[in-house]
Amino acid sequence: MKKIFLICCLLTSVIALQAQDITEVVNKARAKIETVNDYEASGRMKTNVIFLKVPVANVKIYFKKPNRLKVKSEKGISFIPKGAVSINMNSILSGNDFTIIDAGEEKMGNIMVRVAKLLPNDDNSDVVLSTVYIDPVNSLIRKAKTTTKENGTFELEMTYGKYAGYGLPDKIIFSFNTKDYKLPKGMTFDFDDGTEQKKPATLPKNKKGRAEINFSSYSINKGIDEALFK
Amino acid sequence: MWSLLQIELFKISRRPRTYIAFIAIAAIVLIFQFAFKADGKSYMNLMLQSVQDSFDMDRSKAINGYFMCYIILNTLLIQVPILVALIAGDAISGEANMGTLRLMLTKPVSRTQVMLVKFMASFIFTIMLLLWMAIMALLVSLLIFGADDMLIFRVKGDESQILQITKDDILWRYFAAFGYAAVALTVIAALALLLSIFAENSIGPIIATVCIVIVCTIISNINVPIIDRNVKPWLFTSYLVGWKGFFYIGTTPEGQPIPGSLENWPAIRNSLYILVAHIGLLLTLSVIIFKRKDILS
Repeated sequence: MKKIFLICCLLTSVIALQAQDITEVVNKARAKIETVNDYEASGRMKTNVIFLKVPVANVKIYFKKPNRLKVKSEKGISFIPKGAVSINMNSILSGNDFTIIDAGEEKMGNIMVRVAKLLPNDDNSDVVLSTVYIDPVNSLIRKAKTTTKENGTFELEMTYGKYAGYGLPDKIIFSFNTKDYKLPKGMTFDFDDGTEQKKPATLPKNKKGRAEINFSSYSINKGIDEALFK
Repeated sequence: MWSLLQIELFKISRRPRTYIAFIAIAAIVLIFQFAFKADGKSYMNLMLQSVQDSFDMDRSKAINGYFMCYIILNTLLIQVPILVALIAGDAISGEANMGTLRLMLTKPVSRTQVMLVKFMASFIFTIMLLLWMAIMALLVSLLIFGADDMLIFRVKGDESQILQITKDDILWRYFAAFGYAAVALTVIAALALLLSIFAENSIGPIIATVCIVIVCTIISNINVPIIDRNVKPWLFTSYLVGWKGFFYIGTTPEGQPIPGSLENWPAIRNSLYILVAHIGLLLTLSVIIFKRKDILS
């Protein structure tokens, strides 16, 4: 009986230690991100959505704490994915109002990452669940998946370079849900050039879109004009 | 030949109906521009629909001079054949109606020359009409709405697409599109000229041309496989909207537009060949029939 009690105690303390451990990993990653109060970044955004044939856009990204983010095209028309605000990790990790669950370890390329599931404590939060893949050695978030009530699931993959010290990536691959796009009938009078369109086996109502942002420079903690977020 | 052409152009310029076409185009274009200036965002909302749920974009930038011109041409180039028929359909029948055809043919010019000059005058009128359209739809729109990247809304097969062409890659496409439209409308002029030989008043050939264009356009837009394969390729109306091919930009496998490229140049080129062949055929027929015609009026 004593032995069973001891084993139970041991298991409970191991689980507690592990939970504490993942909280520490998350907190370290958050601490790194929180050194950035604001930034202005320049980059090139490549959008890959089945119905959208748009060129690579030069974009400026403005961020200000706690989680204000604006993506602006430097020139021309640009289609900015609505969930793009989540490309900033502050929007996922800001505040302490979530429960962290350890989801083990995973290998991403050559890097061993810790997987943490963040469950918002607020029932009215738009975010249902966020899963973050954290490199515990460098305290960097390598990947994040966020499921929302209204806007589907967003997925982020980040590659770091010279701004890793601030937890800011050099490259982000942002995946998101898009709805099927259909033009109203009889609006276009198109020229039928005879080219056959390959038909997919099924036509899903919701499709995946992808945006890839390659950052060329960051200007960190230099102050951002409020007017830019209007 | 040159003096004959000058006389023909003078006659066209003296007819009040010539200016109906120019006034009609100006009126339609100005109405469009006013409507889009007042409430262009509603149109953009309709075209973008579900895209707005997934993307943020500046709709006011999308309604610019280049986009306006495309929308106007999209509507106008379906109606312009009627305006071209107004002049070309009157070329021979108008003379017959006024009793000047016999008098004209007593002059030392061959019937072939008369026919070619009538055709060239109709062609020049078509070019003038297109130039007027370019001024009104492109130049005035650019002055009112400014220039920016252009969005093309398109249905390809079962899929709807939005193509974006950057500002610096648009103008040459308009030059090419207007050039193509000139060839397409010249087919209408040649058809109206041919029909004009058979009538002694202008109404008949004008209405007949319009009817032929309407019937052929309807057939061109019926999606029945047997018609698609056997009839459509031979109808000139299947190629009237070929100018749009210059705005279907080529893309990379990842879907990024390639500046300066066309998605399907061979299709546009073949359409042009077919239209030119129609012009050649209709003009040859016109010359042959006119040469053999017993002129009684």
